[in-house]
Amino acid sequence: MMLPPSHPDQATKWENVILPPTKDLHKIDVYRQGGGYGALKKALAMKPEEVIEEVKRSNLRGRGGACFPTGLKWSFMPKAGTKAKYLCVNGDESEPGTFKDRQIFEFNPHLLIEGTLIACWAMGITAAYIYIRGEYGKWIRMLERALEDAYSNRLVGENILDSGFTTQIYIHKGAGAYICGEESSLMNSIEGDRGYPRVKPPFPAQVGLWGCPTTINNVETIANVPVIIERGAAWYAGVGSPKHPGPLLVGVSGHVNQPGVYEMPTGVPLLEIIHKWSGGVPGHKGIKAVIPGGSSTMVLRGEALEGVRMDADSLKAAGSSVGTAGLIVMDEDTDLIAVITRIAKFYYHESCGQCTPCREGTGWLWKLLTRFEAGEARMSDVALLMDVANNIEGNTICALGDAAAWPVQSMLRQFRDEFERRTVDRPDDAPVSA
Amino acid sequence: MLNENNLKRVEELKRRYPTTQALTLPVLWMVQEQEGYVSEASMQEVAELLNVTFAHVLGVVTFYTMFHTKPVGRHHIEVCTNVSCMLRGSEKIMSHLEHRLGVKCGETTPDKKVTLNETECLGACGYAPMLAIGEAYHEHLTPDKVDRLLEGLS
Repeated sequence: MMLPPSHPDQATKWENVILPPTKDLHKIDVYRQGGGYGALKKALAMKPEEVIEEVKRSNLRGRGGACFPTGLKWSFMPKAGTKAKYLCVNGDESEPGTFKDRQIFEFNPHLLIEGTLIACWAMGITAAYIYIRGEYGKWIRMLERALEDAYSNRLVGENILDSGFTTQIYIHKGAGAYICGEESSLMNSIEGDRGYPRVKPPFPAQVGLWGCPTTINNVETIANVPVIIERGAAWYAGVGSPKHPGPLLVGVSGHVNQPGVYEMPTGVPLLEIIHKWSGGVPGHKGIKAVIPGGSSTMVLRGEALEGVRMDADSLKAAGSSVGTAGLIVMDEDTDLIAVITRIAKFYYHESCGQCTPCREGTGWLWKLLTRFEAGEARMSDVALLMDVANNIEGNTICALGDAAAWPVQSMLRQFRDEFERRTVDRPDDAPVSA
Repeated sequence: MLNENNLKRVEELKRRYPTTQALTLPVLWMVQEQEGYVSEASMQEVAELLNVTFAHVLGVVTFYTMFHTKPVGRHHIEVCTNVSCMLRGSEKIMSHLEHRLGVKCGETTPDKKVTLNETECLGACGYAPMLAIGEAYHEHLTPDKVDRLLEGLS
């Protein structure tokens, strides 16, 4: 899993707190010996609103891609009312380039369970569903085993740690659908339906699972909660980038010597992640492009990476976003047209079909791109491709439409010449666009 | 239809959800584990068991890619061809498998032993290229490693 940086002396110093290198940490006894479930005890001695306040002060922002402030999200949940309230923990982890949550299921499942319990206490929730993608059968069983141990140690269920607080945690297995990582689609999937996203508003905090107030948080987000309670909001807020602080699980894939998931503070320069943490590019080749935060984030040119950091603000300023921190590295020999065609095919396959611009548009994008890939496109197809992408963006119920449009738009903006070179009617003397 | 053990599991699961419709995915998983795929007759029975319409069950089965409506080979090989695996040579892995198995992607060997498919990202991007045989992930693949995997299939 997490290899140490290949040149540790030159890399940002960090001692893992989400994925510490403790042997057998997945076992409940080992976890408890290291102080595990101490944060839960601490939280249960606090008032629920104090827990929410602490999470707010920590500036924790969601790790599922949208970077929404977690404490603020929790505060949207109604305090009173007769309706049941629910927590959904999103472990659908289907964004290409993302493979971080599975590390938590495998190496530190009790941290996730403890965070889930603290979140439930803070929001007055008595049932939480952890939704995990169906392909993760092995990791579902790992988490199930940890959950059974937590139940038999009376850490979940009735009267937790004699506090009088009762809450249940259930694992819900998906069945192969990228869209179920979208929060409203995830709720429909738990309700036993097709994973169609819902129109918002109403937002889940008012009308969520079975029409009841619901909060949806990413697995990694929830895993950060015990750390905040244990070490305090002030400590947490001081880690990494002030506006987007905390430890971050960065998944590096593609053309690097040591791909993998690395835990580091937010704000580490992308070039340091590539060259120091991940061992650099094979054959000392140059970097043509990177996708910084999973396949739906905008592509960046390799030569534009100087000074760009792995946090929400820096990547936004660079014209992309942190997403799920799934960094995909492409060396100088990469055929970017093949890459974007494959990405477009993915969104075409995964579009749920509910909104016309996405259902039809993702197919058009892919078909147009196959023309470029085959060298059969015309110059007019370059503008057509952008036009189709622009007509998907912002015109759909959920963000999948945007996620399909952004990679194509950014690839066209950053590497227009690559597209033009694949056309049949590009004049020989045409200047190559930048 | 569901065996006794699974029917018991269904009763236990009912306590986890406020509606029986919510059991659609878990029950379909049980059917597929038991039968290898979800037939139309099974869908009808699931509908009756959960007091939902056949149309609802059919809608769910056809929405999620992991539910099979037709039998697949004894071993279902799925090769990830998404971006991170593609950058690490998944194409070579796929063509090697096609060559070795004598079938194209999407087909089943005549002896019904192996079904070969491509799949979307399985969350193993740092260990690419990869494939899954059923639930088991096989990562850091090379053609040699693929050969050994195939030899190990009964």
